[in-house]
Amino acid sequence: MEKVYDKVSFTSKTSPTGYCPGCGHGTAHKLFASALEHFNLRDKTVLIYPVGCGGLAMPWINVNVIGAAHGRAGAIATAIKRTNPDNFVISYQGDGDLAAIGTAETIHAANRGENITVIFINNANFGMTGGQMAPTTMLGQTATTAQSGRSLEEHGAPLRMAEMIATLDAPKYVARFALHDAKNILKAQQGIMKAVELQVKGEGYSFVELLSMCPTNWKKSPADCAAYMDEAVLKAFPLGVFKDVK
Amino acid sequence: MEKSVLIAGFGGQGVMSIGKMLGYAASDAGKYASFYPSYGAEQRGGTANCTVIISDEEIGSPAVSKLDMLIAMNQPSFDKFAKKVKKGGSIIVNSSLVTSKVEDPDIEAVYVDANDIANDLGSPKVANIVILGAYIGLSGALSEEDGKAIIKKMLGGKADLLEMNYQAFDKGIQAVK
Amino acid sequence: MSKEFIKGNEAIAEAAVRAGCRFFAGYPITPQNEVPEYLSARLPEVGGHFIQGESEIASVYMVFGVAATGIRSMTSSSGPGFALKAEGISFLAGGQIPAVLVNVSRGGPAIGTIEPAQQDYFSAVHAPAPGGFRCFVLAPQNVQEAADFVYEAFDIADKYRTPVYVLADGMIGNMMEVVELPKMRDLADLPSNDSWRFNKYNDDGTARILSTYMPMGELMQNKNKEMAAMYETWEKEEQRWEEYMIDDAEYIVTAYGSSARIAKSAVKELRAEGIKVGLIRAITLYPFPKDAFDKLDYTKVKKMFCAEMSIPGQYIYDVQNAVLGRSEIIPIQTSGGVIMETDMVVAAVKENL
Repeated sequence: MEKVYDKVSFTSKTSPTGYCPGCGHGTAHKLFASALEHFNLRDKTVLIYPVGCGGLAMPWINVNVIGAAHGRAGAIATAIKRTNPDNFVISYQGDGDLAAIGTAETIHAANRGENITVIFINNANFGMTGGQMAPTTMLGQTATTAQSGRSLEEHGAPLRMAEMIATLDAPKYVARFALHDAKNILKAQQGIMKAVELQVKGEGYSFVELLSMCPTNWKKSPADCAAYMDEAVLKAFPLGVFKDVK
Repeated sequence: MEKSVLIAGFGGQGVMSIGKMLGYAASDAGKYASFYPSYGAEQRGGTANCTVIISDEEIGSPAVSKLDMLIAMNQPSFDKFAKKVKKGGSIIVNSSLVTSKVEDPDIEAVYVDANDIANDLGSPKVANIVILGAYIGLSGALSEEDGKAIIKKMLGGKADLLEMNYQAFDKGIQAVK
Repeated sequence: MSKEFIKGNEAIAEAAVRAGCRFFAGYPITPQNEVPEYLSARLPEVGGHFIQGESEIASVYMVFGVAATGIRSMTSSSGPGFALKAEGISFLAGGQIPAVLVNVSRGGPAIGTIEPAQQDYFSAVHAPAPGGFRCFVLAPQNVQEAADFVYEAFDIADKYRTPVYVLADGMIGNMMEVVELPKMRDLADLPSNDSWRFNKYNDDGTARILSTYMPMGELMQNKNKEMAAMYETWEKEEQRWEEYMIDDAEYIVTAYGSSARIAKSAVKELRAEGIKVGLIRAITLYPFPKDAFDKLDYTKVKKMFCAEMSIPGQYIYDVQNAVLGRSEIIPIQTSGGVIMETDMVVAAVKENL
């Protein structure tokens, strides 16, 4: 029989990624790991993990990893890439990490146009700590720290990070994809390939935001989460390529 | 022998330059030297002061309680620091800008019209070089040769200014003789 | 070796370069600004990198990232900046990453004053951040030592894989003195970091994971024990201090850093008047030089004096802990940018004869 699919060579055959059923983190990992393999980058890779659910796949992926403090991946990525230009530097961050406590590091790394690849998982809440409100929590969406739902008056509107970063001069590629169905996952894979290739070619900063389901904290089944993505999440966070400098 | 001098004046009067030149000159002469500036938030126009200590051995406190010498480049500096000079010490008063006189008979006072001398030489900027000469002439902490060598070094490529600076230095020395 | 008349902050910066430092990240704060200014121009000349971080926090994590790749790295700041860097210092300690931290300290708390003070003793010596770790702490008393200690700090950091903290102050940072700068290190002579730098794969192809997260209590406890054992080694082998005229001393002044050189001038003045006084100067603040105080003959010591530019006192707690009640200890303190003067120390001793 013809082999049509294989796991990424440097990911575990036995150990799971460690994520909840229906969570997008596992898919996101598969996508960026495939891109690393495609460009033969495994031996050069430095993966910067955040504080949050992002880092749970540490035992699953066999690449060199540095665990950042909450929010500091942008600074760490900047400095490692500047001093170790032969390393392929990828930061993988969630919404609490990248868009709340680490906003300054995120914006400044983007604004300097560091030659790094940023993967941003937006699941509209703080996952690991149990579903608290994130900067990306949608209006009306409930959270353990916004039990009546996020309100415009009290909390402000959700931050659209991709759109914000696209306003800066330096970034080369800024896009948002979703991970709730096969069609969207394929598009996300293409976007991640592009973001990885930009760094390989030394062309500069890329930012890929991935809308991800969080069944545990959204308190919905994976199937209901997928429907909620179409009904609500994609409306609050429109998909698209916001910047693509040729 | 450890000799301390506090140099004080308006920012822009070259107070820090005199201090650093003394330090460089002492260092070149193989002595120990410390230069401790006030580094207040004012970048320009405020009052500035620095303490320079020149010694043949390792220097203790760089900010001393009692000064061997004070260089008062303006009136507020004189008012503030004259009382810190020890008995037997001396004060170089820039009498172009300071109207007060030293009243303590145990303190040697030397009045130098630094700004007037500088203006006569054609450049108000060399007033601090006049004072440098006065300090070296009075203190004996460094030789005249040390002083001239450091002027030459600090001017670097600006050889056209050397003669005027030497003249200013000599006038300073003469003023304390 | 030729001597140079050089500003403390610049001597610190140049000594770091000569020690093999090839990365610096920092954020402006008085009174240490000449350190980043100097290095922004100097590091590129030797193939190194300088980054002005968007914050103190970003800066310390830049150092964390680069030092973890085995490149000798440094950051500097003053008290308020160190408060912001604190979590990152905990990451350096927890990640067992060698790095050098220079605090050109000022008066506080809060914004306080930009004038020199010794009010960051607790923060430097008794763990600046969560987890109860320690930094190896060196306290220079003049510009020569500031250069020498920063230079050596990189070796100590590598030897123990720990952050090394050089606690200077605004006086040392901003004064100029005649200094003999250490020689330029050849990077090829530096100790190999292949066994630990995280961006190198293990020989069997497995990845290296630099994570300070320890999900199971037992693992974290083992790590804590390992670190405690290292601190014990420091306490046994690395205490440093200077003694001055203590052999026949009936009165002992103790101080560190800038106040120690001032106290030394006072000791000389008092000796000139025939008063039997000596000085113990702590050079390592952690490990604290307890042995210096233990070996004193307390039957001869009439009184001790502890001089520091901090009110309330901080250094005095460690001195008390070393003296253990064997002598009365009289504090001599200034604070908030008021420089200790020789006269003050002289007067305090004379009042207590």
